Amino acid sequence: MVPPVSVLVCVKRVPDITEEIVLSEDGQSVDGRRSGFTMSAHEECAVELAVQAAGTGGGEATVLTIGDAEAVEQLRNALAVGCTAATHVVGEPFSFGPADVAREIAAVVRAHGEEGRAHDLVLLGNDAADTGDFQVGIRLAYELGRPVVNGASMVEIDGDHVVAVGEGPAGQETYRVPLPAVVTIREGGVEPRYPSVPGRLKAKKIPIEERQPVGEPKGGGRVRMTLPPPTPSAVQILGEGPEAAPAVVDVLEKLGVLSPGKAAQ
Amino acid sequence: MILTLVETDPEGAAIEVSLEAVSFARDISAAGNGVPVDVVVFGDVSGDLRGELAAYGVRKVHRVTGDDVAAYSGAGWASSIQQVRDAAGSVVVMAAGTDRGNELMAHVAARSGASMAANVLSFSGIAPFVVTRQVVGGAAMEEMNLHQRPAVFTVAGHAVEAKPADVAGDAEVVDHAPSIAPEDLVARVVSIAEPASGDDESGALTSARVVVGAGRGVGGPDKFGDVLELTELLGGALGVSRVVTSAGWRPHHEQVGQTGSRISPDLYVPCGISGAIQHWAGCSSAKTILAINSDAEAPMVTRATYAVIGDLHEIVPAINEEIRRRGYAG
Ligand SMILES: Cc1cc2nc3c(=O)[nH]c(=O)nc-3n(C[C@H](O)[C@H](O)[C@H](O)COP(=O)(O)OP(=O)(O)OC[C@H]3O[C@@H](n4cnc5c(N)ncnc54)[C@H](O)[C@@H]3O)c2cc1C
Ligand SMILES: Nc1ncnc2c1ncn2[C@@H]1O[C@H](COP(=O)(O)O)[C@@H](O)[C@H]1O
Repeated sequence: MVPPVSVLVCVKRVPDITEEIVLSEDGQSVDGRRSGFTMSAHEECAVELAVQAAGTGGGEATVLTIGDAEAVEQLRNALAVGCTAATHVVGEPFSFGPADVAREIAAVVRAHGEEGRAHDLVLLGNDAADTGDFQVGIRLAYELGRPVVNGASMVEIDGDHVVAVGEGPAGQETYRVPLPAVVTIREGGVEPRYPSVPGRLKAKKIPIEERQPVGEPKGGGRVRMTLPPPTPSAVQILGEGPEAAPAVVDVLEKLGVLSPGKAAQ
Repeated sequence: MILTLVETDPEGAAIEVSLEAVSFARDISAAGNGVPVDVVVFGDVSGDLRGELAAYGVRKVHRVTGDDVAAYSGAGWASSIQQVRDAAGSVVVMAAGTDRGNELMAHVAARSGASMAANVLSFSGIAPFVVTRQVVGGAAMEEMNLHQRPAVFTVAGHAVEAKPADVAGDAEVVDHAPSIAPEDLVARVVSIAEPASGDDESGALTSARVVVGAGRGVGGPDKFGDVLELTELLGGALGVSRVVTSAGWRPHHEQVGQTGSRISPDLYVPCGISGAIQHWAGCSSAKTILAINSDAEAPMVTRATYAVIGDLHEIVPAINEEIRRRGYAG
């Protein structure tokens, strides 16, 4: 029998940009009103791994976000794909720096522990898609005094340990760490599932725990965000369809990527 | 002193982006009355490496060795970097913006109560120290104050050029065998699986001179024949978009972009890739881009150096044929 584990997975509501990016007037954030919002790709995978890890032993997967009222949308999306509980720390996300976010997550972990639902494993994304600070998970580990594995793409509970696997400079690296622990996730190891209709209906009924931040956010030192100047297109169209092939190979020859050595092979 | 982490490849040579970071450190030094530039290296320091670091103006090479750092652990290595910093008193601790670099600098910052700026492109002043860094996968920038000491940050890949110094340094090797607290060794690598042969393209992608890209426009997992043939004719590596890896058409290690590899080849040939911001983040450092796309308005086309408009399944075979016809593939 696998003992049930409790996993906490932290997600951030971020603008869903694929084309033009728009900044807020004060330069403090990305304006997502036109593009819509999502959670980062890494976090979608973290949610999937949390659901899998909790599911194997009938445990709990709690999703957490620190964000404004709209961030409830991301919590509901995670509930719709199998998370069993949700916590919303209500705050304007752009005023929180990475150290603030880590402190707030740690406060929730401690509070839940005192309430008798301690989280054995906390999963986060490796980096958030908007501010890309690459550090909340590591700071959280120090706040909690727990070990942390960074950038894993697979996690599995093995008794009272977590086995985490990720890509390192020399190949695939495996960690085996005693619980409780923190792991940050990079996408690529699992396929996030799509919410089913029953899943969505069930998600609507799960109450969301609402909490206030425990501290005043200090911010992350941001002065302002800026966009690179638009570069005018200087593309040279070599032609349309297969007739352009000779022009393409002329360019390849000019660039010297077709060495005569290759011809001799 | 400015302390820069220098990462080495399996042959023990400094990786390019670490040399870029050392070049960046020299720029800070030049703006700050010539504060010395030191580096920290884990494991062996060969004569070649020492010579190269000397050419880059490095004063001291802090070599960290010992059983506690033989296997990688984020906290353990960060503890070592901190002990080097404490012994030598550095005001800046920095690394290249690699996975390891970002991870270790986050640890160092958390341990010393400092801020950490990931993927810095430039700095605009040293008192106060203000940096500009990449956010949103490289699509936007953020100006950030880093005025606490130590200033901890990573340098975005290819933000600066790796260039030797005008005046060489001594690159005097100083040995450190730090003792590491047991709790910092709890999360350490217990095994490494070397990539199986035929599956070792991940390193090849980031260092390839030519990368052929393939996106949703390819149309399906069994339709990669043409682009793979072109890849081979050009002696390059295949890179793909996230749509392709998400659909399971190709393995994730081939993905280019914000959540994949960052490539900087001489030539990138994206076929059927729209050029979304997150993809662009991984390929914008290509010297020349030759896009093949049916949509003349696709961002990849308008940002490319050259483009061919049309169906890639007609164009790519014609290019392959033309390359062979000119005798490049006997
Ligand atoms: C947080 C986050 C991280 C992300 N990270 C990455 C990342 O690392 N890498 C990445 O690539 N994406 C990433 N994405 C996804 C990205 O936003 C795009 O969805 C993705 O890059 C689009 O892939 P694509 O260009 O293959 O597909 P599409 O955008 O669908 O483009 C297909 C293109 O093919 C062309 N085409 C179609 N048929 C043909 C044909 N027969 N011949 C020629 N051309 C044809 C079309 O004109 C079009 O331009 C990320 C997204 C998010 C939100
Ligand atoms: N406001 C937030 N609410 C919940 N989790 C967050 C928040 N911000 C960051 N995180 C988590 O921390 C990870 C790393 O973020 P960062 O260090 O800011 O790049 C993200 O992928 C999330 O999992």
